[in-house]
Amino acid sequence: MNHAHNENEPAPSRRRPLMIGLVGLLALMAAGCSGAGPQTALNPEGPIGRTIDDLWELVFILATIVFVIVQVALFYTIVRYRARKDDDGEPVQVHGNTRLEITWTIIPVVILAAIAYPTVKGIFDVRAIPQGEDVLQVQVTGHQWWWEFEYVDLEDETGRTLVTANELYIPEDTEVNLTMTSADVIHSFWVPVLAGKRDVVPNRVSNLTLIADDPTPPDAPHPGQCAEYCGLAHADMRFKVHVRSQVDFDAWVEDQLAPAQLPTEGAAAAGYAAFGTCVACHNATVSGPDGIEDIGPVRTIEVDGVTFTSSLAPDLTHFGGRATFGSGTFENNREHLAQWLANPADLKPMRPELNDIEAGRILGMPNFNLSDDDINNLIALLEGWD
Amino acid sequence: MVLDTNKDLAEPKGIWSWITTVDHKRIGLMYGVTALVAFFVAGLEALLIRLQLTTANGTVLSADAYNQLFTMHGLTMLLVVVMPVGAAFMNYFIPLHIGARDVAFPRANAFSYWLFLFSTIMLLSSFVLGGAPDGGWFGYAPLSTQLDEFVRMDYYAIGAQLLGIASIMASANFIATVFTMRAPGMTLMRVPVFTWMAVVVSFLLIFSLPIFGVGLFQMFFDRNFGTQFFGGGGDPLLWQHLFWLFGHPEVYVLILPAMGIVSEVFPTFSRKPLFGYPFVVFSGIAIGFMGFGVWAHHMYTAGLGPVAEAGFGIATMMIAVPTGVKIFNWIGTMWGGKVRFELPMMFAIGFVSLFVIGGLSGVLHSVVPSDYQQHDSYFVVAHFHYVLFGGGVFGYVAGAYYWYPKWTGRFLDEKLGRWHFWLMLLGFNLTFAPMHILGLNGMARRTYRYPEGLGWEFWNQVATVGSFLIGISFLFFAWNLIRSRKNGRVAGNDPWDGRTLEWSIPSPPPVHNFDEIPVVEHVDDFWHRKYATDEDGRAVRMPDVTGGTLAAETTTGDDGEANRGSPEDMHMPSPSYYPIVAAFGVMVTGYGLIYIPVGWVAAGVGLLITLWGFFGWSLEPVTRDAHHD
Amino acid sequence: MTSQTAPVEAQEHHDIRPIRKAAMWVFLGSEAMFFGSMIATFLLYRNNTADGPGSEIFDIPFTSASSFVLLMSSLTMVLAHNAFEKRDGRGTRIWLAATALLGITFLAGQIYEFTEFVDKGLTLSTSSFGSSFYMLTGFHGAHVAIGIVMLLAMFFLSLEGRLHEERGLNVELVGLYWHFVDIVWIVIFTVVYLLQA
Repeated sequence: MNHAHNENEPAPSRRRPLMIGLVGLLALMAAGCSGAGPQTALNPEGPIGRTIDDLWELVFILATIVFVIVQVALFYTIVRYRARKDDDGEPVQVHGNTRLEITWTIIPVVILAAIAYPTVKGIFDVRAIPQGEDVLQVQVTGHQWWWEFEYVDLEDETGRTLVTANELYIPEDTEVNLTMTSADVIHSFWVPVLAGKRDVVPNRVSNLTLIADDPTPPDAPHPGQCAEYCGLAHADMRFKVHVRSQVDFDAWVEDQLAPAQLPTEGAAAAGYAAFGTCVACHNATVSGPDGIEDIGPVRTIEVDGVTFTSSLAPDLTHFGGRATFGSGTFENNREHLAQWLANPADLKPMRPELNDIEAGRILGMPNFNLSDDDINNLIALLEGWD
Repeated sequence: MVLDTNKDLAEPKGIWSWITTVDHKRIGLMYGVTALVAFFVAGLEALLIRLQLTTANGTVLSADAYNQLFTMHGLTMLLVVVMPVGAAFMNYFIPLHIGARDVAFPRANAFSYWLFLFSTIMLLSSFVLGGAPDGGWFGYAPLSTQLDEFVRMDYYAIGAQLLGIASIMASANFIATVFTMRAPGMTLMRVPVFTWMAVVVSFLLIFSLPIFGVGLFQMFFDRNFGTQFFGGGGDPLLWQHLFWLFGHPEVYVLILPAMGIVSEVFPTFSRKPLFGYPFVVFSGIAIGFMGFGVWAHHMYTAGLGPVAEAGFGIATMMIAVPTGVKIFNWIGTMWGGKVRFELPMMFAIGFVSLFVIGGLSGVLHSVVPSDYQQHDSYFVVAHFHYVLFGGGVFGYVAGAYYWYPKWTGRFLDEKLGRWHFWLMLLGFNLTFAPMHILGLNGMARRTYRYPEGLGWEFWNQVATVGSFLIGISFLFFAWNLIRSRKNGRVAGNDPWDGRTLEWSIPSPPPVHNFDEIPVVEHVDDFWHRKYATDEDGRAVRMPDVTGGTLAAETTTGDDGEANRGSPEDMHMPSPSYYPIVAAFGVMVTGYGLIYIPVGWVAAGVGLLITLWGFFGWSLEPVTRDAHHD
Repeated sequence: MTSQTAPVEAQEHHDIRPIRKAAMWVFLGSEAMFFGSMIATFLLYRNNTADGPGSEIFDIPFTSASSFVLLMSSLTMVLAHNAFEKRDGRGTRIWLAATALLGITFLAGQIYEFTEFVDKGLTLSTSSFGSSFYMLTGFHGAHVAIGIVMLLAMFFLSLEGRLHEERGLNVELVGLYWHFVDIVWIVIFTVVYLLQA
């Protein structure tokens, strides 16, 4: 009869590497819980984020306890009952123990039932759509690969609403209700520091509530990004949430609702001449000698009774005032802008060759083979529109 | 008593014998080899991904290349590696565990393998034929139906469909086998746990794959015929429901065979029976059932509404219970036993330890509000790699070290094996433990790059180092597999002092498996031919009166001669080339469909080849030279 | 400890029908999920008619007639199986042919219906309703067609005297398949045609 001969029967020191591994793992996890980074879910900056994080912590602690118990039981068992060279006997051929089976079925059920209650409560809390006049209503249209924001209750005297892209400004301590849909494929809106994510689905309307405790420094907004794979530049579909005091927010709104000024001289004016190429897709609200004009295509989509702005490209009326562009991906400065205008695909992967403006399908900004002069002029124009 | 092998039962040789084989053991080995090669391909894809993500704003891969690589890494690992590895073990051992000579439909079995191989070739060929699928392995619509300028997602729609057909056929085969071909006395509650899990898995596939199949057809039609299943007036969430109704049972398909293997390894190397055999079996069945009720936990952020989210959340929590039962039973198996740290046992213990971590992170996901943060982040990536790799791969590797002596008659090398184990354990944890942290710190999945300033660089670097360690560990494994066939220490029939029927026959087994079909009286029947129990319940080795074969004693007939069958009466199914022909035809049809409208001709030709294969197959006798009564 | 070795013959020459029946039932189980998913899809989209026609273009009397035809084919299928069990070759062939003929009639009716619907503006791409309707009924028709092929195959095998009970296609198995396809149609007819929301 063949028995496997194993001369290297493990000594008790086998325990050590395993224990080291276990401790190392725990240390790793503990290190991770220091919550590094501005896009972390572990240091929430708003009540909804805290609701989620508190629940997470509770369950994580329970899970850690279970983890320790099970791993200790496992390693204790293999150490205590390891085959020893001098031991010739055979073990008792135990087949089972029904009482034990029932016990270790029921205990997990009880633990899970205990966390089920706060879980269900948490769902309804987080999913509740805020109601009332004090709620700031923002409509979000997801595009490949940028974010469109419309503040539907904030209008100027002419009835134009505040439309912007990629940089979301909200007042502190205010319930913000995002009503969202997609113009093309499924996206997901995620700013971890404030809240969990919510998918942005074509032909459907979804809601997400944001509440932020405190204003953010101007150079450090809360970062967010698309969290549902949406194609080539999914990784570069980011956005920023700027939190302002109510006063600063109101000031920002006023600035944004004001139209851009039509430049009359210098590089900016030359830039405006070249801008004609851009308005095949981009929008701007420009105030000139003939009054206020909306240039660029205006499109809307209707989903479940809600009308969403659905432009082909970001509104550029106040582009100069944005800290980033390319959907929150690039710092808005001369150097990047020049690169972008020279060939957008150098900075961000896109498929503009598949654009079909008629059908409303836009998969990126084409390379217009702009001259260096045009580029400089356009930069002058856009920088002036802050 | 050794049977004289006559010509019909001699082990056939040569490539043609492999191409026409209908022997479940050879088919199992072919599945295994193919899956291992695919593992290296998918592993390479992973290493490229890791290289790209080592630094912020990485430039190793373009976004387009990255998106194809992560899609194919997932698709390959799930459908071309882990599922076929399970199929490899199931093919080889289901008949041996139940005391049968082959599966119910040997030619269909071969067909399933060839269709699997050809579909894999087709899928992988997409890399050089315009681009591999790039919509993620989960293929969410309408992204997956958006671009008909590329055929990439048609490769996905057709490739996954063909793989599914192969699996459905194999599943029907296995179910029919286990339900109708068990040896006398082998009641269902005496069937080894591994084979029980194979049955559960087969039912899961039978009921879940067709749902995925409908979704794939709908995707294909949306892409090619202008239908509106997911776009236009359609609802993108329909795809998600259809996909996850398959996708969730699928993950149990991936893990249950590994759990079955671990349920064989633990008793053998603890020298005790599996603790709570009925509970382990029923928990597997429960997991199968419940697995159909939790699919929308992949969709908590999709917009199901709080009531549905709560319902699925609770259901998901509950599925942790039968899983926990198994863990406790495995520990209970070792308790009071004599645990030998042979390589199979080391990997099996690794399975339990790592799977628990994955299971617990799964419970964290079931807490729906937490999942609003965790979904689509690297936390999910960490979770499923812990259960699928820390669990699944460790379990399947345990099976390889356990059963390699049975396949080849030799042991895998001890030293190489330990290098494999420790490197894999270390590399695996270094790769995937940090991903829990990355996910909670906001790193999203399926992103080809990430910016500086978010604190993600360090753990990504750690993960990359770990991934290369995994790669190296598998080089040890591959070298061991190849080298030990000729150089490994010779193993006999029963190198581990095993408990189940496969250890009662030679290593490697003869074509006909058993000289005589055993009559079974216990679970772990083979163990009971070797050991009795004393008054304390301890195992006691019995003297061997069978001259080394440990075959069950035979009765004698009226003529005093042993009542045994003779070789001439053993009708092994004959080899056939129709399965590979039919499978080839299906592949040609698949290629044709991918390239319609130009491809209609090819599709037609493929259909004809397939029909020729099927007709030939149905008119050909199962066994040549069969004598009639 | 004595035990009786089962003679090898017992395993080799056993009746293969239970094995094949088990496989057919399992296959039908998967088919049930297949059609179930398509029915669910149709239920989701039955009112998504876009600007195209909806269920008002259905001709219930006509479809009732072709449903009746298919139902009768299940009866002839039972008769065919009966005759086969009684080893009545001629009877088997008559009823197999009748079943196939009724199936062909049903398909002809489907094709006629579809051409009418297309004329009235309902195609695969008109709307989600059109897509899901044609996919469901189209796959069903394909299953009927495959069934007809199997029926005819058995008819010709029987003519050549090759329709044994233990080898080749088994009349009972094809019967199971045929009845299943019929039951699916009953569900489709009820859900799609009769129970219009």
